[in-house]
Amino acid sequence: MTPLPLPEIWSYLSREPLLWLTATLVAYLVGDALSRRTKRHPVVNPVLIAMMLLGGLLWMTGTPYATYFEGAQFVHFMLGPATVALALPLYANRAQIRPALLPMLAALLAGSVTAIVSALWIARLLGIEGPVWLSLAPKSTTAPVAIGISEQLGGLPTLTAALVILTGIIGAVIVTPLMRLMRIRDWRARGFAVGVAAHGIGTARAFQVNDTAGAFAGIGMGLNAMLTAVLAPYVVSLLL
Amino acid sequence: MIQAVAILLICQLIGETLARGLALSIPGPVLGMALLLAGCLLSSRLADAVMPTAQGLLSHLSLLFVPAGVGVISHLDVLGGSGPALLAVLVASTALALVVGVLVFVAVARLTGDGGAQTPGESRP
Repeated sequence: MTPLPLPEIWSYLSREPLLWLTATLVAYLVGDALSRRTKRHPVVNPVLIAMMLLGGLLWMTGTPYATYFEGAQFVHFMLGPATVALALPLYANRAQIRPALLPMLAALLAGSVTAIVSALWIARLLGIEGPVWLSLAPKSTTAPVAIGISEQLGGLPTLTAALVILTGIIGAVIVTPLMRLMRIRDWRARGFAVGVAAHGIGTARAFQVNDTAGAFAGIGMGLNAMLTAVLAPYVVSLLL
Repeated sequence: MIQAVAILLICQLIGETLARGLALSIPGPVLGMALLLAGCLLSSRLADAVMPTAQGLLSHLSLLFVPAGVGVISHLDVLGGSGPALLAVLVASTALALVVGVLVFVAVARLTGDGGAQTPGESRP
């Protein structure tokens, strides 16, 4: 019996999208299973688990991120259609949304300004300056918008992308304990705040916990994308 | 399901075209979402057609952030020497934004005499 041509198999697999697409789905399923088993414990975040598993795998196999992304891009692409799909929970919850318009607008303005100003202030206190400081301004907004804002401000778009993802994960992990500590029972308020502060990853967490929270998180995320684009350059010019 | 996916993609396509064509600062998919919402309000048949697929997609919204998350893990060096300070900023600022956002929402809901605040209790611990 001839031995398996392992190098050939690997060179095929490492070139095709199949391997890394499959790995992405499996890593997510592992993360999701762990999250379910711990009854959606906030620290057991499926995105965090999947990205650590895959990051470790890439490191062990010496695979560059660009190669990984050729497979993973199919999953990444679905972010666009999923954002469009947020219209459906909005539609289903429309009876709840209309009476909440004023609270939403107030919370949007307050949450958005706090996200930008506090990040820039705390960063300055810690001695962060220059393009790195500017890259922090849009960190609570959804990635495509944040990258555009960062470029416009003179920040570092790649750094902003990383800060945005980290913000999402931090928000998704801390939102439940924080809200419980504050004894907030209003799912609309909880969802909306996490959508404004932690964009899509916060929204994904909200959908895990409660459908109403998910719908309001989606609105918060969408509105904050628009507001941050307007506010960030203005706030930065005031704080410079 | 294919029909629903096509509807989602068409909305995104129109959104992207409008956003780029008119040089708007709103991302295309967010415009697409507004468009689909308007469509659903006009026709409940459209909403019924897209609902199951949309719910399926959104129940696994976390999955869609995994590729970008792996990018962060593999490029942690972009954080540079200020990595720990940046993390501290993100944690503090995100917590503040959450607290301020939720408190303002609850306070204004109370001021406007909105009884809808009594939504069902926590379904999970």
